[in-house]
Amino acid sequence: MNLSFKGKLSLNRRQRTILEIGAALGFIMAIIIGRFMLDEGSIGTNLSERNLPPSFEHFFGTDWLGRDMFARTIMGLSLSMGVGLAGAVSSAAIALVLGLAAATLGKTADTIISWLIDLFLSVPHLVTLILISFALGGGFKGIVFGIALTHWPSLARVIRAEVMQVRSADYVHISRKMGKPRTWIAIHHIIPHLIPQFLIGFLLMFPHAILHEAAVTFLGLGLSPHEPAIGIILSESMKYLSSGLWWLAFFPGLSLLLVVRSFDAVGERLRVLMDPART
Amino acid sequence: MQLDAKNIGFRYGKSPWLFKGINFSMQPGEVVGLKGPSGTGKTTLCRILAGYEKPLEGKVTLGGKALPEIGYHPVQMVFQHPEKAVNPRWKMGKTLKEGGRPDDDLLARLGIQQEWLERLPNELSGGELQRFCVARALGPGTRFLIADEMTTMLDAITQAQIWHAVLHLAEKRKMGILVVSHDAKLMNRLCDRVIEL
Repeated sequence: MNLSFKGKLSLNRRQRTILEIGAALGFIMAIIIGRFMLDEGSIGTNLSERNLPPSFEHFFGTDWLGRDMFARTIMGLSLSMGVGLAGAVSSAAIALVLGLAAATLGKTADTIISWLIDLFLSVPHLVTLILISFALGGGFKGIVFGIALTHWPSLARVIRAEVMQVRSADYVHISRKMGKPRTWIAIHHIIPHLIPQFLIGFLLMFPHAILHEAAVTFLGLGLSPHEPAIGIILSESMKYLSSGLWWLAFFPGLSLLLVVRSFDAVGERLRVLMDPART
Repeated sequence: MQLDAKNIGFRYGKSPWLFKGINFSMQPGEVVGLKGPSGTGKTTLCRILAGYEKPLEGKVTLGGKALPEIGYHPVQMVFQHPEKAVNPRWKMGKTLKEGGRPDDDLLARLGIQQEWLERLPNELSGGELQRFCVARALGPGTRFLIADEMTTMLDAITQAQIWHAVLHLAEKRKMGILVVSHDAKLMNRLCDRVIEL
């Protein structure tokens, strides 16, 4: 998302960053609000309007059953975001618990957790994700568990490193000698140091989760076919691409890309805003 | 209450002994200099006295009793690098109050301005930060102050200002000071006696 402004409108980096975050958030909000203005009726089949190309009546065209692709895309995206949210929240929670445990519970815990992190990082996400969601029988539950159990390692490692770094900082040792109890130090010194890292790690996990959800669903191992998920839409439309119905895959795919990029942009920009020294 | 170090020995990991059998004691109100070439363990000895490291041999006592593990440590140390000794996310006012509220007279003598309290550490210079570290270490519970190259990075005027404030307070409270420095002239000005490591 590299918007450039030329001519009269000149903004500094901070203003541009905030503008970009605003645009990305606006886009995401539009999809969430759009979802509530649609119901099952708006993706009902209408056999008299099959295979229509994009028009003002149907922005993204209609499919082989006459369903409005625009409505299906919006519903699919909001479903994907729901899955992404559930997956990213649980994954971030796992990362927080394991990262803190590794940094504070002594050497054995650290060795075990670091080994676990390396183990998960050494296998491609998608493979573990497919395995887990297949083992749990697919569907919403399978996908969310799969995402939660596969996306935590890199954030856990960041949290572990951050805690270890701040724990050995001079000012924390001094705080101990000033007579501050450990809980006070955790609340006043360590947690404020972690929050930005954690929030940004969480935000950047989001687009990953959405993309992986779509990928697994596309492969037929995720959400069930009657749900209007982006992965389902894309895999169904594959059959019709050769008959020239390009809009079935093009618009949903483009929207998915935009949503993922928006989340990514928000996370990246916030990281730059919060931690300008480490760009 | 006198500060005693009896038969102190220390080494890092399995490396050779940094020092062994160190004995020395300090009276309240006494200003003692500690000198020695680089790498002879001056800073490590300071860290042991201030409770940041545990001696592998011997012990440090204050008035005959072992130093407390928790709670305010009566032997406070001022580090050489103030920018590492303050939380970069805290306003200086909060950092200053960490060891209890220091008295306004001390702040004035150290030249700490009221407006600095609302600033973040990266908005102050090294010398300004060091004043805060000194003020913080001089909480009401401090019996001995360990000044490990406390003013090495400061100009002569600031050095004089800080040492005047510290010595004034030490006299008032009968507080002992251990001065570690490479500056022989400074040591001669400040110290009642100088020991070599």
